[in-house]
Amino acid sequence: MATANLEKDEYSILVEHEHQHDHDHGPFIAHHFETAEQQFDSGKLGIWVFLITEVLFFSGLFVAYILYRYGHPDIFLAAHVHLDKFLGGINTVVLLFSSLTMAWAVRAAQLGDNKTTANCTLITMVCAAAFLGVKAVEYSHKWDVGLLPGNMFSYSPTAEHPHQMISPYLYYISAPFAILMLGFAAGAGMYLNTGSKLVGKFYMGLAITCLGYFGGVAGGVGYMEVFAAGDEAEHGGGHGSHAAVVHDSALVATPVVFQDTEETTEAGEAAAEEATDEPAPKPAEAHAEEAASGDEAHGADSEEAVHESGPVDKRLGVFFSIYYCMTGLHAIHIIAGIIALAWIYYRSLAAHWRPDYFGPVDYVGLYWHLVDLIWIYLFPLMYLIK
Amino acid sequence: MATVTQKQQLFGHAESHHYLDASKGFMSWIFTLDHKRIAVMYMFGVVTSLILAGAFALVLRSELYTPDKMFLSEQMYNQMFTLHGAVMVFLFIIPSVPAIIGNFVLPMMLGAKDVAFPRMNLASLWLYWGGGLFFLIVLMTGGLDTGWTFYTPYSVRTSTNTIAATLGAFILGFSSIFTGLNFIVTINTMRPKGMTWSRMPLLLWALYATSVIQVLATPVLGITLLLLIVERTLQLGIFDPAYGGDPLLYQHFFWFYSHPAVYIMILPAMGVISELIAVHCRKEVFGYRFIALSSISIALIGFLVWGHHMFTSGQSELASLVFSALTFLVAVPSAIKVFNWLCTMYRGYINLSTPMLYAMSFIFLFGIGGLTGLWLGALVTDIPLHDTYFVVAHFHYVMVGGTMTSLLGGLFHWWPKMSGRMYNELAGKITCLLVFIGFNLTFFPQFIMGAKGMPRRYARYDEVFTIYHQLSTIGAWVLGIGIVASFGVLAYAWFFGRKASGNPWGAASLEWQSSSPPSFHNFEHRVLVSGPYDFDAVVYDESVDGFIPVLPEKLAPVAPATEPVASND
Repeated sequence: MATANLEKDEYSILVEHEHQHDHDHGPFIAHHFETAEQQFDSGKLGIWVFLITEVLFFSGLFVAYILYRYGHPDIFLAAHVHLDKFLGGINTVVLLFSSLTMAWAVRAAQLGDNKTTANCTLITMVCAAAFLGVKAVEYSHKWDVGLLPGNMFSYSPTAEHPHQMISPYLYYISAPFAILMLGFAAGAGMYLNTGSKLVGKFYMGLAITCLGYFGGVAGGVGYMEVFAAGDEAEHGGGHGSHAAVVHDSALVATPVVFQDTEETTEAGEAAAEEATDEPAPKPAEAHAEEAASGDEAHGADSEEAVHESGPVDKRLGVFFSIYYCMTGLHAIHIIAGIIALAWIYYRSLAAHWRPDYFGPVDYVGLYWHLVDLIWIYLFPLMYLIK
Repeated sequence: MATVTQKQQLFGHAESHHYLDASKGFMSWIFTLDHKRIAVMYMFGVVTSLILAGAFALVLRSELYTPDKMFLSEQMYNQMFTLHGAVMVFLFIIPSVPAIIGNFVLPMMLGAKDVAFPRMNLASLWLYWGGGLFFLIVLMTGGLDTGWTFYTPYSVRTSTNTIAATLGAFILGFSSIFTGLNFIVTINTMRPKGMTWSRMPLLLWALYATSVIQVLATPVLGITLLLLIVERTLQLGIFDPAYGGDPLLYQHFFWFYSHPAVYIMILPAMGVISELIAVHCRKEVFGYRFIALSSISIALIGFLVWGHHMFTSGQSELASLVFSALTFLVAVPSAIKVFNWLCTMYRGYINLSTPMLYAMSFIFLFGIGGLTGLWLGALVTDIPLHDTYFVVAHFHYVMVGGTMTSLLGGLFHWWPKMSGRMYNELAGKITCLLVFIGFNLTFFPQFIMGAKGMPRRYARYDEVFTIYHQLSTIGAWVLGIGIVASFGVLAYAWFFGRKASGNPWGAASLEWQSSSPPSFHNFEHRVLVSGPYDFDAVVYDESVDGFIPVLPEKLAPVAPATEPVASND
């Protein structure tokens, strides 16, 4: 605007008006917003719209759940007994509690109480990590015994499952958390001693969060050792109790595919029949050839699975497909939530919140409540089928 | 120029201190948060995709010049039409109008400095590049042959790179969601004082309706594609019948997004047309409220009609009946728009500039595309016509005849604002004519051969269809030349065009109250909100060689400074 020989005319009045309201910007008001309220309202509407997209993102899976449960209630009934109600219930309580601390954090931020906000956010993060820890125990146990999605499902109620306290899969899942925890702890030690106290506290919080994960793992493993083992002994060892239920409801334990594909197209049926026919009469030498051809390789896989471990009711695989998709996607959202919460935690330590600026805590809080809410639906739909 | 008056500074051509020279260097572009620069970068990506996918189309059409094999094997043919469709849909049409024109114009129409979330806007551009990168990977790793719809079970079994393509589409989906979210929030919270919902330009209504669809439908595509990827890697058994899955479920999910996506493509185009017609006829839009609400109702009805893509897929007859009936509902708001545009033109001061010619060809082509849609929506006629060239011609009339014409028209219209330069009017008109003739020559014969039974997606055909295919191929080349030429005209104007003033068209919406090109903050002054089509609110001013807003009485200084205010109340 600083052109040298600028001649003023009647339109300069517009410029003077513009310059009058350029001064009341607080420290965190972006340049393109006029007021703090406008910025807050924009963020609030933005997060609500985002939550709508999240709900719709999950909706596809819920629709798939409804369709398959409606079509095959017996499979859902037979498969859900492999989920541990107690661990699921514990996780529900943990998440509900984290929602409480989250709401508390929001309130504290509204009042400008940064210390309480930081503490409540940290508790929320620890709960989230503990949830993941319990989930890791559940997942790894299922992978051990072959409760896998879709065609990879290879659980056999009669097969012997060697008892091991800690599944190797649990090591793989936990390794990144262990590395992160050591890194954060080292960072915390370094910064608290020599550098910025703020960063040090932040790293400390992250290390505690990782510790929360191991708390969840320890709780889960401990439960499995003490209670689940006793349970098994009571029912005569192994997974006998589960097997009984499976046999009751699933009439024949061998079919690889659904035969009652009433909703599928003709093309789909044809393909399904093709797949059923194929594995049975294949001689052994055809295997290599099939595997090499790539897109038919799954036929060979499924056959091997059948041979290795007695009667496998492959149909239960669909339940676990939906289970892993839904809980897996939910777990990804928990991880994203932890990252967002870490950002809030840092800004709380830096004392950014004041009564006229607390939007981000509010937005992340809303997101966290949604993630919680989705679990509130997942838990009964998956674990508490009757 | 000895003295620069304030008027020229605010409403004229900006020699310097505009958004293009606000900062220099490659990094200042790819890390910019400025919605105008983001729009320009989108334009590069979108036009590149258009040229790429257009080249695929020309290869296809050239192969079809004779009934027998010329140079493409059947396998290559499948890959070509798949890539043509996928790149056109995901990388060109869906982002085209919202990402280029919407990004550039929407905040300015609100008199705002930027969209509500500039960083998210940049993220959406990066996601667009990321998605495009995946499609490049597909191109380099042996293509894709599923058709752009990725129907299961074939997409689970084909040896081509479905995973990269679906990941690309998944990422592009999030780009689209972010843009939509940004637009919704911006329109809701950043309107200036005095601009009520019923005083918004119609383009904003259209973009709002589009954004609602983007936000509600795209996540469903996201989860569907994600499930498809997992299905392919882990053999889930949700979509693949070999493991107990249901391929029809995939089609329902896919079209639950992809039918509303048709309106993501056409609604912003309609918004652009509303602007072009009003401005270039210098007449208050006829039936403002009806055009605005028809955008919203198209968006809502659009969610209820996805099943009309599946009439012959094996869904229940009742479902087909209901979907068919609902499909006809879409015709109502669409017709409302067309009639209102025609009424706006009636007795207007029609200026046959290039944007107006594009707008008129839009009405003509969209009319044909829309009316042939009725044939396909009716069950009886859809059965013989499905999967023929009739369908191909229908959706190209809507998508290309609709969206692409309005994109070109919109670019010509807003080019003075984006580049600060005027294009050559005669050259613009010639290219518009080329596009119009080429388009009709390409796709009209396809209606005829489709009605005669020529199936779509065939690499070879019966000799009786030769003449139609040859006309179509010739037309495709004319169309291709027309499109390239029109971008040539625009590119030439960007560097060598006559300097444009802030408001060369005499439009009344707020984006024209800035200098051309706009400054980094869009406006260096407080905007004067009038009705979006109140053409009395602007007056021609010789000193800036363009239109400037009329100062309201109470704002005008008591003693007039240099010139008296032109009063035309």
